[in-house]
Amino acid sequence: MPKYLLLKHYRGGPEPHHRVPPMDQWAPEDVEAHIAFMKHVSELLEQNGEYVDVQALTPAQTWVRYGGPDAAPVTTDGPLPETSDLVAGWYMIDVESYERAVELAAYVSSEPGPGGEPMYEWIDVREVMSDAPADPA
Amino acid sequence: MTGDAHRPLDEGALRALVPRVLAGLVRRGEDFDAAEDALQEALMAALRVWPDRPPRDPQAWLATVATRRLVDARRSEAARRRREDAAHAEPRLGGPAPEEGDDTLFLLFCCCHPDLAPASQVALTLRAVGGLSTREIADAFYVPEATMAQRISRAKRALAGPPARRLDQPGDLAVVLRVLYLVYTAGHRGRVDLAGEAIRLARQLTLATEEPEARGLLALMLLNHARLPARLDSEGRIVTLDRQDRSLWDRREIAEGVRVLQSALAMERPGRYQVEAAIAALHDDAERVEETDWPQILAWYDDLGALTDDPVRQDPAAVLGRAVAVGHVLGAAAGLRETDWLRDVIGDHHRWHAVRGYLHELAGDLPDAAAAYADAARRATNVAERDHFVRQAARTHAAESSS
Repeated sequence: MPKYLLLKHYRGGPEPHHRVPPMDQWAPEDVEAHIAFMKHVSELLEQNGEYVDVQALTPAQTWVRYGGPDAAPVTTDGPLPETSDLVAGWYMIDVESYERAVELAAYVSSEPGPGGEPMYEWIDVREVMSDAPADPA
Repeated sequence: MTGDAHRPLDEGALRALVPRVLAGLVRRGEDFDAAEDALQEALMAALRVWPDRPPRDPQAWLATVATRRLVDARRSEAARRRREDAAHAEPRLGGPAPEEGDDTLFLLFCCCHPDLAPASQVALTLRAVGGLSTREIADAFYVPEATMAQRISRAKRALAGPPARRLDQPGDLAVVLRVLYLVYTAGHRGRVDLAGEAIRLARQLTLATEEPEARGLLALMLLNHARLPARLDSEGRIVTLDRQDRSLWDRREIAEGVRVLQSALAMERPGRYQVEAAIAALHDDAERVEETDWPQILAWYDDLGALTDDPVRQDPAAVLGRAVAVGHVLGAAAGLRETDWLRDVIGDHHRWHAVRGYLHELAGDLPDAAAAYADAARRATNVAERDHFVRQAARTHAAESSS
């Protein structure tokens, strides 16, 4: 079965379908509903036997490169353009098909936002390369 | 060992024997690495054999089986290397049989050797002194079992040099205490109860040394652990100290913590764990949050700050805790001024913003409280805390909008 990463982003990606304020400015009950939905998605994936991993990333980002011989690594933690891509976290799932991955991504994207309305958040769906041998040439 | 549904053995009693048996092997000259492996095999054998055939003397059984494994291992090696093994097969005696407490201390000094990185000290302590399996330790730290196995075996190899150089150095008790505290603080999550394990090890340590800081650490752990049942609600949400249902606190653990702390303080050699335990005891002592004795807590924080030359740089956590106490005793504005000293040191840390949010809220300044909690959420490094700060921000934001 193929594995997919369903990536959530702090920013970047296509033009948002639906603009929402940051979660710390939502009504408390909307925050609760959102967090409960995220928990529900993890449980659902586990019950379906499709769960591999779920992780959240902090927004702090550091770019690092080799500094050259005898030099310290070169790092930059900004300022980065506001439009640059910033991953917030992921679900890794193990599913029957690409279609199932898309279906689950759409479900994740229906997470409730302010007023309980779906957020229509863009989810980045990426297939994980498999260790299985490729088809014989 | 983890996945078994049924455990007919008293595993706690079995694991309590680990440091005694291992220290016995190492003291008589066995290589630490090999002895530890042999003992793990003996433990596996015990789990298989004991339910049907319980031994008369469990400690002697483990020592015998582990010794046999060591001899077997050397025989096969000797066969390869054509080396005689007679000298090894007869265990050397290292003087009178040491007390159990000495064994624990001896092993803790080995496992918390200053040459090892903290993560290795922790892993080795849990395996060699705590008797946990590699799988259990890996689970507790959310790393693959193979990764933890490698970490442990590298740590053991680092200790495998000439014993005279490695293991007979006087141990550094401060390092041991720090490692146990690391185990404790890692222990509020995962399947293995690391907090309970740290308490068990600290209790063993207090039997092995009179050092008041060892008792201070045990007291601190007990007095914090007592509040654990109230720390999360039924939905898994963090409940801060000021909102906890204090009837859920473990009174028995608090009583033990206070007793241990008193016996430490009576020795009149204060240290940071004793002072932190005293602060925890004062929180535990308040039946309602309004009864919290903030002036006393502030006095203890002053003592904590006096333990270092430059508390702002050397112990910013203490200065931050003190700011909360100042906020309650002298007013929120005074507390906020205290946090200003720390801006350059831990201004990027979520706790600094969280404390500022708390003090702004105490002052009735909801917009600044909401902004500070949102800053804390952006900097949080675990999901439960991030969610908690988002909730705090949303709550203060909503209260501000409706007022």
